[in-house]
Parts: sequence; structure tokens; C-alpha cells
Amino acid sequence: MTPPTLMKLENISFTYETSPVLENLSMSIEEQDFVGLIGPNGSGKSTLLKIMGGILKSDTGSIRFKESPVSKINKKLFAQSVSWIPQDHPMVFPFKVSEIVLMGRHPYLSPLSFESKEDFEISQRAMETTMTAQFSDRYFNEISGGEKQRVMIASALAQNPEMMLLDEPTAALDLKYQVQILSILKNLNAEHKMTLILAMHDLNLASRFCNRLILLNEGQIVRDGPPQQVLKKDILEQVYGVEVDLDSKDGNIRVHPAIRS
Amino acid sequence: MNSRSYVMTLSLFFLIFIVTLGVTPLIGSSKISLARAFSDSISTSNNVDANILFQVRFPRILLGALTGAALSVAGAIFQALLRNDLAAPFTLGVSSGAALGAVIAIALNLNIYLLGLPVVSLFSFLGSLGAIMLVFSLVRTRHGEFPTGVLLLAGVTANFFFAAMVMFIHYIADFSQSFRIIRWLMGGLDITDYKTIVSISPIVFLGIFILLFISRDMNLISTGVHSASSRGVNVARIQKVGFITASLITGTVVAACGPIGFVGLIVPHTVRLFVGPDLRILIPACMLFGASFLVACDTLARTVLAPTEIPVGIITAMIGGPFFVWLLKRKRPA
Repeated sequence: MTPPTLMKLENISFTYETSPVLENLSMSIEEQDFVGLIGPNGSGKSTLLKIMGGILKSDTGSIRFKESPVSKINKKLFAQSVSWIPQDHPMVFPFKVSEIVLMGRHPYLSPLSFESKEDFEISQRAMETTMTAQFSDRYFNEISGGEKQRVMIASALAQNPEMMLLDEPTAALDLKYQVQILSILKNLNAEHKMTLILAMHDLNLASRFCNRLILLNEGQIVRDGPPQQVLKKDILEQVYGVEVDLDSKDGNIRVHPAIRS
Repeated sequence: MNSRSYVMTLSLFFLIFIVTLGVTPLIGSSKISLARAFSDSISTSNNVDANILFQVRFPRILLGALTGAALSVAGAIFQALLRNDLAAPFTLGVSSGAALGAVIAIALNLNIYLLGLPVVSLFSFLGSLGAIMLVFSLVRTRHGEFPTGVLLLAGVTANFFFAAMVMFIHYIADFSQSFRIIRWLMGGLDITDYKTIVSISPIVFLGIFILLFISRDMNLISTGVHSASSRGVNVARIQKVGFITASLITGTVVAACGPIGFVGLIVPHTVRLFVGPDLRILIPACMLFGASFLVACDTLARTVLAPTEIPVGIITAMIGGPFFVWLLKRKRPA
């Protein structure tokens, strides 16, 4: 039995200025999916995530969340179900970690109000889940890249969403933090039934953690399925334009670019 | 933020404000006696002390407080929405638009009053409105957003363009007009009455309330427009309301007392050091501290060369210049 559909995209197209980014793209996301969105630079991964997060509006096509068109859902209500985490987090002002996490409660608050005790508790739990509680009083700008990424995940968790969209959450992180972030996400997916969509560049990590990969190229879906079906030598070589060698260990596919000198 | 520390912090800023308002009327080039000012035995028209206190110093101090509050709050808003801590209320061309309006009225010798207000002020207000509309209509994208880089650029361009027009009018004006133009451009609180206070305070207070109403949304925008949008903030609408309201309160006070620079930069930065960047507390704190700051600067302007009074804009710029340098050189957190 397949799990119920959470989000359905049909014939989505999007154009920045004049160059098309997404063309007639259709797909559906099922509950508790752990999707890795892969593809070369400029293939439309970030744009697709922003459209799914209600941040950008597609030029054509429809996008539905649990049967309702996203364009018809109140923005705050939608934010209670779907959260989005950007790739980098430039911060001009000296907000503290705890303040950033509390901002995740925005969709639940009315104007001129302050966070309630419950909001503080939810934020606290989110920080514990992401191991950020111990530096909640520090300034966001003074913590490391891996810590920032965890704080942003905590803030997104405070939104209490059913689905999280993450734009390259492991880019610019060292190996330890990459694994740490993905383990946190894996845990959220397994224990909290969180549906996750991650744009990723590291194919090996994607194949190791995700149960479904969607390969994008030039704004269209090339392949969609379990890692074994998507990570194929001929497809990857065609999409990325480099020779690759594939092997597999413990059922996980590993991709190595072939470097011949 | 919890409500107890909120009330405590604001009480402190309120205390500073009350003390400033209580002390500064007693300071000035001519000594006044409170006993005589409030004495029943002297008729009002003969009571010099009361006249100085109530007809000269009080309206000026109230105008200073309103102006300081409006410019400081507007500065905090522009910095948050543009995600640039060097932005100021005048960054987007509001003051130069106001200047152009005022200079046109001066050059046309429109020394009349309309609706109880000097026509120079009305023209200056219209000028700032025109500048706002011009800048925002140029920048608005087809998605209804205001990209901050383009906005800053458009503001700077508008400032240069309007400044050139002001210079042109200044150049062809006669001597007495020329003097009035220069004097207006320096900014000052000296010529005022209660009518001005009554006409500008509703706009300033309503504006500050609107900004407070959307303060949490603007907090999120100050951390990034896309993440704000993903937390349910209607970014385009909040940007529009925020920018236009902040520009409107700026234009209102500039119309009354000319462009008084640096207040909108110094005050938000100083206050942010103490209360943090959360606009829910930064706005009321800036309002109170900005009011106190400009009234204090103006007291200095009234007394430092007594009996000559110098325009308060000179004082704020003299403090603001070094402050700006300190801001740029200050070690920022990584």
C-alpha cells in the first residue's frame, strides 16, 4: 500500500527573466518520503524547492498540498505545515540563537503578541532535538557553519511542520557536520514521520540517506525512484557530462568521478 | 522575549525621556524662574518667564521629541527592511525630495499659510511623497517585491538627482531666497508653534503604531526575505507598508524642521546595543531614546553659542560623523 500523497505538482514551469528554469515538471511527494533532489548546478533544484515552499509562484501549472491548491492556502497556515531552510544564512543583526529558533513560531502568533510559555517549550524541544540548546544564548553570527545549519533546522522544527524543504543543508560543511545533520534529519524522518526534501550535491550521501532520489536536468525530471534505479552510469554521465565509476557497498551505491590524467 | 524584561527595559527608556523633558526647558540663554512662570500675580502677557517657557521652549522641545522619535524609528525600520545597518531614513531619497519641495516653495516666494501650515512645509511634504512614489515605482518587480540592492541604488540616484535640482534653483535664486534655502537645508527646530505639533503628531504616532503592528514580520524579513516568506510573512506587503510608513513619518517631520541628519543612524545603533535587534522592543525604545537624544542635542544647539542659536542639524552631524566612522571601523562579529 502506498502512503497518502502530501504534495502534488503538475506541469510546473518557471522562468527567471527570460531563461526557463523549470519546464512542465510534474511529481508527487508521499508522506514520510525522504527525497534527495539531485542534479547539476542550474538544473532548477533551488527554484523547485522555493516553489514547493510557497516562496515563488510558478508561471504555469498547479501545486497542491493535501488536495488544496497552495495558492489558496493562507500563508501562515501553509507555514504551519511546510518549512523551508535556505542554503546559507547571512545575518546582519545580532540575533541570539534562541531568538532565531523562536521565529519559527511566527505562523502561530497574532500581531502585537509575544511568544507564550508553550512557544518557548516547543522551541526548547526543537533545540534539544538538534543539539543546539547548549548554545541558545550565543549570537547566531558567532557560531560555526554546522551549528548555524542545526539552528536553522531547529527554527524550522519550531514551525511544527509535516514537511521540511532543505536547500543543500550539507554544502560548505565538513564531513563530521554533514553526517551529523543528515543523521538528525534521518531521525526526524523515522521517529517523527517528517517528510523531507533535500537538494543535494553529494550523490554518495544522498544515496546513503535518502529513500528516493529525483534527478533534475535543465528544469526537467530525468529519473525519479530509489537510489539504485536513479544512480546509473549512463544516466549520470549524460547529465553531469563526466565519466563516472559506480560500485556498491552494503547495498548503497557509490559514485566516483573518473579522473584520468 | 518575556514581558517582564520588556516592561523593565522600556520603563528605563521612559525614565530617560521624562527626565530629559523635565530638565531641558529650564536650560537656555535667558534664565527663567519656575516660581515666576507659574505665578498668579503676574498677568500672562506680562509674564516673560511663562512666555519663554510655554511659547518658546515647550513647543520647540515637543517638536524635537517628535522629530527625534520619528527619525529614529524610521532609521531602525530602514535598516531592518534593507538588511543594511548603514541605512538611514534619508537613504531612499525622502529628504532630498522634501528639500526640493521646500526649495521650490521658497524660490516662488510662497510665504503664505494653507490649512494653518506654511506652504513651504506642505511643498516639502509633497516632495517627500513624490520621492517615495518615484523610487518605489522604479524598483518594484513583477512579483511585487522590492529587491534591496536595487532599492538602495534607486534611493542614491534619487538623492543625487533631487540635490542637483536643489542646487540649480539655489543658483538662480536671489540673496534672501538663497539664505532661506541654506537655512532650511541645515535643519532646525527654532521656528515652531503648537499648531505644527498638533498637525504632525497624529501622523507620527499612527505611523509608529502601524510599524509596531508589523514589527515581528519585519524581524523575520531582517533575517532574510525568503525565510520570512517560508514562515508565513507576506513579504511584498510588509515591505511596502513598512517602507512607505517609515518614509511618511520621515517626510512629515522633515517638512516641519528640515533634514536633520544622523539621528536615524546614531539612535537605532545605540539602542540596539542595549536591547538587541528585536523590533518589538527596538521601535518603542528608539522612539523614547530618539526623542530624548534630539531634545538634548537641541538644548546644546540653543546654549553652546548663547545667545546665538545654531541649527540642531549641525550638532547632530558633528556627533554623527565620528559615530559613523566608529561604526565602520568597529570590529564586527564574524
